[in-house]
Amino acid sequence: MKYSYYPGCSLCSTASEYNLSSEAICEQLGIQLKEIPDWNCCGATSAHSASAYLAVALPLRNLILAEKMGLDMVVPCAACYHWQRVAHQEVVTGTAIGKKANQELGDIIGASYNGNLQVKHIMEVMLQQQVLELLPKKITKPLKGMKLASYYGCLMLRPAEVVAIDNPEQPDSIDKMAQALGASTVRWSSKVDCCGGSFTLAESGVVDKLTFDIVSAARRGGADAIVTACPLCQANLDTRQKENDEQMPVFYITELIGVALGMSESRQWFKKHIVNPLPLLERFNLLKKG
Amino acid sequence: MSTEHLSTVIYQDTDQQVNRCYGCMKCSGGCPISFAADIKIHEIIRLVNLNQLDKLLQCKTIWLCAFCKTCKQRCPNDIDSSLVMDWLKSKALRDDVAIAMPNIPILYQSFLQSVEKLGRVHEAGWISSYKIKTKTYSNDLKLGLKMIRKGKLKLLPGRIKNYQQIRKIFSCARKEL
Repeated sequence: MKYSYYPGCSLCSTASEYNLSSEAICEQLGIQLKEIPDWNCCGATSAHSASAYLAVALPLRNLILAEKMGLDMVVPCAACYHWQRVAHQEVVTGTAIGKKANQELGDIIGASYNGNLQVKHIMEVMLQQQVLELLPKKITKPLKGMKLASYYGCLMLRPAEVVAIDNPEQPDSIDKMAQALGASTVRWSSKVDCCGGSFTLAESGVVDKLTFDIVSAARRGGADAIVTACPLCQANLDTRQKENDEQMPVFYITELIGVALGMSESRQWFKKHIVNPLPLLERFNLLKKG
Repeated sequence: MSTEHLSTVIYQDTDQQVNRCYGCMKCSGGCPISFAADIKIHEIIRLVNLNQLDKLLQCKTIWLCAFCKTCKQRCPNDIDSSLVMDWLKSKALRDDVAIAMPNIPILYQSFLQSVEKLGRVHEAGWISSYKIKTKTYSNDLKLGLKMIRKGKLKLLPGRIKNYQQIRKIFSCARKEL
């Protein structure tokens, strides 16, 4: 399996542990990732509010670069994945913005997008039959006894006709993966709720309330930790828990795959977390005390 | 603006037929920021249908929309209210009205300036620029320092090789407005 790889800006900074764990598990599972040369920001939470055109044209450049490589694109970040899918959709369905952006990008970079590409979230790659069959042979540290709340957030689920990774109201792809790793997943009510995204800077009070509700719901569900596949969700849930409250670790699903595969370098990923997940992992004998 | 009805103009620009709304309020029921909104989403849609542009441009809700698409996912009439919010935001900026939540457009602007300059967003850079413009340096200072200590914020910016292409994309976008 070989893919072009779009890490996106967050994975080069606040979510570097998501990038490191994604690359490490893919290598371990024989999935080749080739980073798209000279990729640019997808526009994320800001471009669409300034201009509908910009929100399509920025990710479109990445699609053109990936199409040149002839490899389907894998994206770990839920927001990047969302916007790459939107741009793809706008071009293949021939909307006015899609046509215009594609034509203008043709003039700017000398190539346009033909739509011969699939944009996949890393969860979709991990849930392929081939990978699911390989996993049990590779798992050395099953996450036995750990209870996880799978948290999906917004951008990898909605709107369903564009992103379509899972059922938009009752998703279970992260649950399936967590169970394949040996963990159990809890039933809880905030799987598809919004964490407030980029408002963490401008309206931190709003994000405080939303993240408090989500973490409380996970606790009520009986979870030991939350697991997600979006850098904005992880950052908000991880950074907005109050120091004096009981805190709950927030993992990327790729980090837990790495732990189950027995990767010792995972300790480095967890150093980046604000809520320290090491005590929990040590309690379940998944990592040795360091 | 032309004398055309607001719902017609929004339909032309966003493809959203807001006059299909029959007021079931599923959008406001699922909206994560309903608790902080001064006008709920179903009321926003109603005000569009009543051609009340001034009230809409001055409200907080259009800036609080987190673009989570819960409203769009659940709307029985397939109206994507988040696109209506984006249209109203752009309109408020173009018409130079007093913005109810001025820090939010500055947030978007700081982010996009970083992308236009570098081709990628440099988190430490755009966050500092936002904090200087809004004079909110002391908010979350402790968290920011912790994130720097943990190596979560990269301090030096990187620029993509063909950054000129990104600047051209931005100038095309400005022509579109």
